[in-house]
Amino acid sequence: MFLLAGMTAAIALAMAPASAHGVVEDSFLQPMGPVAAEQSKHLLRVIGITMIVILPVLIGVPLILWRYRYRKPRGAYSPEWEYSEKLEYALWGVPVLIVIVLAGWLWHSTAKLDPYQQLGPDPLQVQAIGLDWKWVFIYPEQGIATVDELAIPVGRPVQLMLTTDTVMQSMLIAPLTGQIYAMPGMSTQLNFSASRAGTAEGENTQFNGSGFGRQKFKVRALDPDEFDRWLDGPDSGLTLDEATYATLRRQSVLADAKSDLGLERSTGPLVMSLGARDVFDRVIGKYHRTGNGENAADAEAWGGIGLPAPAKQESGQ
Amino acid sequence: MSGQSSPTFGNLDWEVTPYTDLLEHVNSSTIIGAGAASVLVLGAFAGIALLTYMRWWKPLFRDWLTSADAKKIGIMYIALALVMMARGIIEGLVMRAHQATALGALDKAETGLVAPDHFAQLFSTHGTIMIFFVAMPLLIGLINFVLPQQLGARDMAFPVLNQVSLGLTAAGAGLVMVSLLIGDFGTGGWTMYPPYTGLDYSPGEGVDYWLWAILISGVGSTLTGMNFAVTIFKSRAPGMHLMRMPLFCWTSLCVAIMLIYAMPALTVSSAMLALDRYAGFHFFTNASGGNMMNYANIFWMFGHPEVYILILPAFGVFSEISSTYSGKRLYGYTSLVIASMSIAVVSFMVWLHHFFTMGQSAGVNIAFGIATMIIGIPTGVKIYDWMATMWRGRVRITAPVVYLVGFFLLFVIGGLSGIILANPSIDYQVHNTTFLVAHFHNVIIPGVLYGMLAGVHYWFPKAFGFRLDESWGRRTALLFVGGFIFTFMPLYVLGLMGLPRRSPTFQDPDFLPWMYIASFGAVLMLAALFCLLWTFWKSYRHRMSLSVPGGDPWNGSSLEWSTPAPVPEWTFASIPKVQARGDWGETKRAGDPWRAPDSYADIEMPANTAHGLIIAGMAFALGFAMVWHIWWLAALSFFAITAALIWRGMRVIEPRIIPARQVEEEDRRFREYVAGATPITRADEESERNRGVPDCSEFAG
Ligand code: HEM
Ligand SMILES: [Cu+2]
Repeated sequence: MFLLAGMTAAIALAMAPASAHGVVEDSFLQPMGPVAAEQSKHLLRVIGITMIVILPVLIGVPLILWRYRYRKPRGAYSPEWEYSEKLEYALWGVPVLIVIVLAGWLWHSTAKLDPYQQLGPDPLQVQAIGLDWKWVFIYPEQGIATVDELAIPVGRPVQLMLTTDTVMQSMLIAPLTGQIYAMPGMSTQLNFSASRAGTAEGENTQFNGSGFGRQKFKVRALDPDEFDRWLDGPDSGLTLDEATYATLRRQSVLADAKSDLGLERSTGPLVMSLGARDVFDRVIGKYHRTGNGENAADAEAWGGIGLPAPAKQESGQ
Repeated sequence: MSGQSSPTFGNLDWEVTPYTDLLEHVNSSTIIGAGAASVLVLGAFAGIALLTYMRWWKPLFRDWLTSADAKKIGIMYIALALVMMARGIIEGLVMRAHQATALGALDKAETGLVAPDHFAQLFSTHGTIMIFFVAMPLLIGLINFVLPQQLGARDMAFPVLNQVSLGLTAAGAGLVMVSLLIGDFGTGGWTMYPPYTGLDYSPGEGVDYWLWAILISGVGSTLTGMNFAVTIFKSRAPGMHLMRMPLFCWTSLCVAIMLIYAMPALTVSSAMLALDRYAGFHFFTNASGGNMMNYANIFWMFGHPEVYILILPAFGVFSEISSTYSGKRLYGYTSLVIASMSIAVVSFMVWLHHFFTMGQSAGVNIAFGIATMIIGIPTGVKIYDWMATMWRGRVRITAPVVYLVGFFLLFVIGGLSGIILANPSIDYQVHNTTFLVAHFHNVIIPGVLYGMLAGVHYWFPKAFGFRLDESWGRRTALLFVGGFIFTFMPLYVLGLMGLPRRSPTFQDPDFLPWMYIASFGAVLMLAALFCLLWTFWKSYRHRMSLSVPGGDPWNGSSLEWSTPAPVPEWTFASIPKVQARGDWGETKRAGDPWRAPDSYADIEMPANTAHGLIIAGMAFALGFAMVWHIWWLAALSFFAITAALIWRGMRVIEPRIIPARQVEEEDRRFREYVAGATPITRADEESERNRGVPDCSEFAG
């Protein structure tokens, strides 16, 4: 019983809005959009339904223990009782019914929340490339690219295409939508939208080396006119060309990458103009070239292939 | 590593120990690394010194290492598991202590007790050790000890193969241990997903340590599965029909079948990764047509059945103890058999739930999500069956029952979080977070760990002839229960708050209170471990007053309780003729159970052999040589293994004969003891009067 109370309290606590620094949301229990809202609702629904089979155990076991304990038994003793047909029907029947109900809901919610399903017409197109310990976001139509900042307009669906240019990663923007893996040479996608303005934390959840714990980014859901202002806002003066990209590809977190690029070392987002529109496709294409992918051809791969050399060695050249 | 590989020493040089790191930078991370290596070295020396001082080398070699007796092999498996568990629990505590000090900022290098790379090695070794070298040896050991006795057999079908399996498991464990001192371990977690663990992103020996530990011990586990299956099919006592077998035998059969079908998948995925790393293959590389998704797919074809391999023996144990300690027949035997078997079958059809988030269509996810939930049905039925077994019983609250109750109350919560995770739409959110970490600990610790510890407590007197101290046993169990709650309930909350698993650092100060609670829990878990060791020690000290030569301290109903404690090497003076399910219980009910057999015959037992020991040594050398690219040693040990197999295959090996006279003498002595002892009722079970001779008139279950 006290376990259950503990669980409820814990979930309630987790659901309480983030306190003091409450500006950045990091849980789907404080949803900022319809997908996460539906997910958190479904969570509570599943907990509720499953309780029907769990409560009897949590209540029954202590009762049985107390009533039938050897030292001071209360109830009858039937040592040879080992079967009851009626009970069998109940023992198998109740879980079967519960699972049928749960399976129905599972089907419904999984089909409804399929991350590949667009949330509406004309979604904002964004592409994300996972690098070691940072994410590059590309807005092909707007001609800009950012590192570790994803701005989206409230109310407009977003279609985010993902890939990586390193190992497997998984992108999670909990207050907005669930996660999906991103893998080199392949693209996956997330569709979501924000229903209120605010800032969410996005992250990689698939361990990929020492900087993993700092591979976080901000997702800013902005009112549409603010979003337009953001698009026209100042950038770093950099262009996402091959040289810049090669520097970003190194194993580093955003702050260090910025100083590698000659900018002030800070966690502030990096906004660039987009050199070529097809960066995303080129990055995927690198892993699909025919021939021996290891030798001469690699030098031509956009931004390089494999584990990039760390900064120090290059500056020595 | 200096980069140059020497023909004699491969990639080994003097810079591979943690002491070099310590000399270069002195900080908490390198101190812990060097400290762990020192514990390993000192522990080894202390062990050698103790064996020498006590003159135990010879008995160790003669009575244990060369023994092909399944009971002794089982005990050695469990001893191995307990040693590895000590390391695993300490690593868990270090990780918890690290995360409690790891609040950081995005623009500052990671802080905390250990460096990020060290943390990554910790979760990788911890996970690998706990699954492959704690949980697996615990259950394989327990099955080895119990299964033949319950079936009415003298040994496994293939006793020497059994020895080889143990040797291979120990060789794998040895490799993981050596990585503390020589070189680094991999950082890809217990799953070691490529491409991160491919050569491009993880050069060096770390992943190779994992690969060879897994490949070598995996062969051992596959062979074990075959051995169990053949034993159950071929070595049952006359009259022991399948539907008369105790539930523990049934779950062992499930485990055997699952080992046979699941382990090869792991061997395949690991061998493919090894080919990528050693021979320039491209199964899982980014470029050249590799596809890392295949690794996840094959790995989890093993991985999911594996978790049921772990849990089913525990279900077997719970079936035995719920009935014995309630003084009642097991409720719903047939249901439990059907439920176990359906779990074994369905568990092969759900593996995809480990990567709902890999981008496949919603339809695929729905199918596997529902399949996953279906496993919840037989699992739920089992729990209700055990409750029905206790209902209208007379439940003695012994240490195993404390574990059982802890299991009931906690496992259903793990089941709840499992049902939650089975919903792809929710899994998108909590996959790869500490919610998942909380979930699998929530099923593994109350399920596997409590089950195995309960089993150890229950059958301990059979192995060593004396009971374990009940009070300390109960304290241990309570500490494991409390420790679990404090350590892992906070991780559910943290996961819902969005903390990824395997995080070396985090930036949200709201996480801290939960981290502190979890660290406190980890301290309790360590205390529970000490309490467990103390229980062994204290009971050993009082072994005279705790001894139960009568062999039936709990008034049990399966065959293993009909023999003396400690059980003789040949187990049964004459193979029993089984008349009923719970045959020993029925005999007791009919009165005069301890009747001597009409006649005694010579007994054939497998002769001692160093075969398993040799294979283990060579397998360790092979793995170590492959890790460090010492090609000559690899070739040599490979040929040595082959030669040993051929050599043994060609020789005619005579079994050891135990003369009928000796059997008769010992058996008479046992029966005289029983006849002379005062039978005790269950009320006296925990007192010194319990000599293993129960009052049959009280037996009703
Ligand atoms: C006894 C106390 C234990 C403690 C304090 C503990 C603690 C931990 C911690 C801190 C992690 C890392 C969590 C993360 O990735 O964020 C972890 C991972 C893990 N633990 Fe435990 N654990 C304990 C027992 C066990 C047991 C008994 C088992 C299995 C038999 C187990 C199996 C695992 C596995 C498989 C992982 C995943 C490793 C990976 O990420 O690849 N643990 N544990
Ligand atoms: Cu699974």
